[in-house]
Amino acid sequence: MLTLEHLIWTAPGGQRILDDVNLVIPDSKLVVITGPNGGGKTTLAKMISGLEKPDSGRIYLDGNDITDLDITERAKLGISYAFQQPVRFKGLTVRDLLELAAKRTLSEEELCDTLSKVGLCAQEYINREVNASLSGGEIKRIEIATVILRHTKATVFDEPEAGIDLWSFQNLIGVFQEIRQSLTGTLVIISHQERILSIADEIVVLADGRVQAAGPRREVLPGLLEEAESCPKQKG
Amino acid sequence: MMSKITEKLLSLVSDWQGGFSGAYNIREDGMCAGRLSTEHIQIESKTDKPGLDIIVLPGTKGETVYIPACVTHGNIDDLVYNDFYIGEGADVTIIAGCGVHTEDEEDARHNGIHRFFLEKNSHVKYIEKHVGTGNGTGLRKIDPVTEATLAEGSTLEMDTSQIGGVDRTTRKTKATVAADAKLLIRERLFTEGTQYANTDFEVYLNGENSGTTLTSRSVAKGDSVQEYHSKIIGNASCTGHSECDAIIDDNGVVKAVPELIANDGDAALIHEAAIGKIAGEQILKLRTLGLTEEEAEAKIVSGFLK
Repeated sequence: MLTLEHLIWTAPGGQRILDDVNLVIPDSKLVVITGPNGGGKTTLAKMISGLEKPDSGRIYLDGNDITDLDITERAKLGISYAFQQPVRFKGLTVRDLLELAAKRTLSEEELCDTLSKVGLCAQEYINREVNASLSGGEIKRIEIATVILRHTKATVFDEPEAGIDLWSFQNLIGVFQEIRQSLTGTLVIISHQERILSIADEIVVLADGRVQAAGPRREVLPGLLEEAESCPKQKG
Repeated sequence: MMSKITEKLLSLVSDWQGGFSGAYNIREDGMCAGRLSTEHIQIESKTDKPGLDIIVLPGTKGETVYIPACVTHGNIDDLVYNDFYIGEGADVTIIAGCGVHTEDEEDARHNGIHRFFLEKNSHVKYIEKHVGTGNGTGLRKIDPVTEATLAEGSTLEMDTSQIGGVDRTTRKTKATVAADAKLLIRERLFTEGTQYANTDFEVYLNGENSGTTLTSRSVAKGDSVQEYHSKIIGNASCTGHSECDAIIDDNGVVKAVPELIANDGDAALIHEAAIGKIAGEQILKLRTLGLTEEEAEAKIVSGFLK
């Protein structure tokens, strides 16, 4: 369980991006955090993983205060973070990256199992470098595979739909549904894709640096969809 | 009986596990410490200067020949001329590592001049690994010169690396490539402290449909300095691609100077060069997998130079 208390964060330019965010993210539920661009979603994900530190406020993982821990310490304690824009490495292969994630050597069978979960054929990928030759969809899947392999208490996916084509995206929904089914810890997806919202157990709406709504999907989603549909009429 | 230092250097630069399988010649401090020719690969001493003629008979397939050289102490300046004659249609691997070691204030230097003559449709994989060891203040120097002449349809794959401990190196590679022949060079360089490395490639693409790919990856740490020059001359309808990627750390300096000359309207030549620090986001990604910053850097560098 992740607990965020009174999180405040101000961008270097002086703009307040998180403005007193309070949130409890329970275990065994797929929680999707959504909201307009610039509303603070990615910043919140970075707060959880330690890539950014709040100006004030506290973050707890299963009751333990992790606010002052750095990225490595949080990773060791059980937080995983899938980057919105996965990082490319000249020289490191898919196998290298997956073994770093798993912290051990992986057999061909294990590599195959993991990659097939994200819709990739191991034979074609394990010896490929994680470099610019991989497409947006391929590298996204590999990024997700590195996170799945860690089996940690809490996992945050930052806009998994960003930068991938529609075809790859359709398949990714299946990947998340599968993760959801075998879920034991905390699972957070930052997204504004309706398809991802539609598989959420709970939805949190973050806008202007604050939690505007939070609750079960059936309560929060209809309001969001109405709002989205009403926009063109207002403009027209 | 070769020294322990030679055995250690051999294990670092070649597949040495107490012996080699295939033809070999081990050079230790300018002397021959062991040699074996096989039915298809003959190794003979030159009569006019130090060095060897390595003759691979036409049609030889799948054999490996080892030509390592070691300098085990200071005050040695070893110069050797090795010529490799690769017969038509042969397909072999040549492993020619070099290790230099000094424990005193005297320099240890090896200067290997290797010439390759590839006959038609032959294929050579040439692996060259360089290392310096020992705690002496004398400089460890390796100055390899490689000259290759590729006949029609032949391929030379050259995999050359300097994995550490070499204080000074000047590496010169020159090749002429005939029709349908291909030269593929993959270089890996690591320098630290006050080391200096200079790499110089010069490739003449003389035949129709000839091609070359030069890929160099290097890491310069500490106060080390590296210079990279590549020159591809397209004299026919050909393809040439050179790529230089360097990571700099601390006060490391890398200078990359590419040169492309197209003397033919159908020559297609490309150069790419990138120099910079390790990308911060690469370190962040590996830290989110539980590595410390230092562990992440080490992993990124070792992967880059793999």
